[in-house]
Amino acid sequence: MECNTYTISANERVAHDIYALRLNGRTDAMVAPGQFINIKLDGFFLRRPFSVADWDENGLMVYYKTVGEGTRALAQYARGRTINALIGLGHGFDCGCSARPLIIGGGVGVPPLFALAKRFISMGIIPTVLIGFASGADEFLSSEFRLLGCNTIVTLETDGLRVTDRILEIQSAHDMYFACGPEGMLRAVHRICRLPGQLSVETRMACGVGLCRGCTCDTLAGGKRICVDGPVFRKEILRW
Amino acid sequence: MRGWSGFSKGDTQVVKNGAADMPDCSTELAGLKFANPILTASGTFGFGAEASGFYDLNRLGGVILKGVTREPRMGNPIPRVTDCPSGMLNAVGLENPGIDAVIDCELPPLARIYKGAIVANVCGFTIEEYTEVAARFDASPSVSLIEINISCPNVAHGGMSFGIDAKSAAAVTRAVRRAVRKPIIMKLSPNVSDIVEIAKACETEGADGLTLINTILGMRIDLRARRPILGNVYGGLSGPAIFPIALRMIHQVYKDVRIPIIGAGGVSSARDAVEMMLAGASAVQIGSAALVDPSACVRIIDEFPALLTELGATSIRELIGTAHKI
Repeated sequence: MECNTYTISANERVAHDIYALRLNGRTDAMVAPGQFINIKLDGFFLRRPFSVADWDENGLMVYYKTVGEGTRALAQYARGRTINALIGLGHGFDCGCSARPLIIGGGVGVPPLFALAKRFISMGIIPTVLIGFASGADEFLSSEFRLLGCNTIVTLETDGLRVTDRILEIQSAHDMYFACGPEGMLRAVHRICRLPGQLSVETRMACGVGLCRGCTCDTLAGGKRICVDGPVFRKEILRW
Repeated sequence: MRGWSGFSKGDTQVVKNGAADMPDCSTELAGLKFANPILTASGTFGFGAEASGFYDLNRLGGVILKGVTREPRMGNPIPRVTDCPSGMLNAVGLENPGIDAVIDCELPPLARIYKGAIVANVCGFTIEEYTEVAARFDASPSVSLIEINISCPNVAHGGMSFGIDAKSAAAVTRAVRRAVRKPIIMKLSPNVSDIVEIAKACETEGADGLTLINTILGMRIDLRARRPILGNVYGGLSGPAIFPIALRMIHQVYKDVRIPIIGAGGVSSARDAVEMMLAGASAVQIGSAALVDPSACVRIIDEFPALLTELGATSIRELIGTAHKI
């Protein structure tokens, strides 16, 4: 974990209410896809946690949805503005245990899966990426997954399709799934998909570093802090 | 000079912080010396050792542990926290692994790395539970002080219900006082009509100090879902929003009790801490500020010398309660 100052080099709308935020600054503390940053916004007391979609030695990418006052304020932040963030938070995806990964994402849960897919590609493994959005206007990152070389399947609810409608037909070609998305989608994936799985869950957080117990969820392995024990959990410990 | 808050004239044990011309930032509680008046507020610092990656914990005046009950507690359903103007709400609900696990697994790692005062925090659902858990901490050589939480707003029974009237606050204080030898500090709720009456009841029954204040009961509602945001519906408001209320209650209580006060509630700078000490606090807890900025406690500690110099004070103790002088 590090506390750093970042300079915004881009903050642009990429879908209906989704923005892409590029932050320039130190990224040494990022070690695994699925980790997150906790950003301090002017005028708001608690930091806001965001998953990291991609990073290199110069900075990182965050995609966020404008859902509340904090994210709506962030959408107004201009290029060149600096923000403070805690980086390298949480326990991310374990990529070492899958040779035929199935990556499943929904909506604003898709971004951390891009970093995951990139990690697999760098390991010489081509993942299947199954991502769903409400409509074409909500779709983002799918072309980036394709450019990366992933087998990419997109479902749109306006076509009457959800990611869970495609899992049964494709799961057998894979050895593990990696999922992030709205809780309803994650619960459905957890119920339907027979593969071993790793799921990234979310909740409101305060510190993001394990001290306040503000994000503890009840699991079959006892109470787990989503911020430091997660956000990625093995399928078998989730009490769903 | 009240209780254990200060030093008598001619005290030769005063430890200077740093160079001889540096202001003295040390304070004292229950005969224990604190290098500075900054303690971590219960529930915002886990069991201490898990924060050791952020800075050298020995910079802290004292470490107050998360609240502990007899049995392990899962706490409330998430969401347990949410943002507010100038503060936050929490409804964690006393999640903790229970007294056995805390004594066996949580205290030893902290005691190995932290040489300052470790303050236990005790909560219960019956008076017997308070005395039993407090007695376990009394028997632990790692614990210097015991803070008794009769003010947690996030549990259905016990917790705050003991702190909202003088009779039950007195009963808990009396029972714990009889059960333990170490100094006890009663952590009081602001969700009462007359905090001075409760403070006096605790003093009468043998409390060695008071922590003022715990969080203020509040809530927020999600506009789209039209539902309360917190899983527990209501939660405790903390942060800068409650600082003036905490300050007012410390000021009121200081006038009528002789035992020392530890201030808590929205302190985010040395200026806030000194303001609380002027109102009557002998030491100050940092909570929400450190959840936003993990290094808040050391930043505040580092601010003291320059602030004391600016205020023309040679020691932090000489400021305690001085806002009351006419």
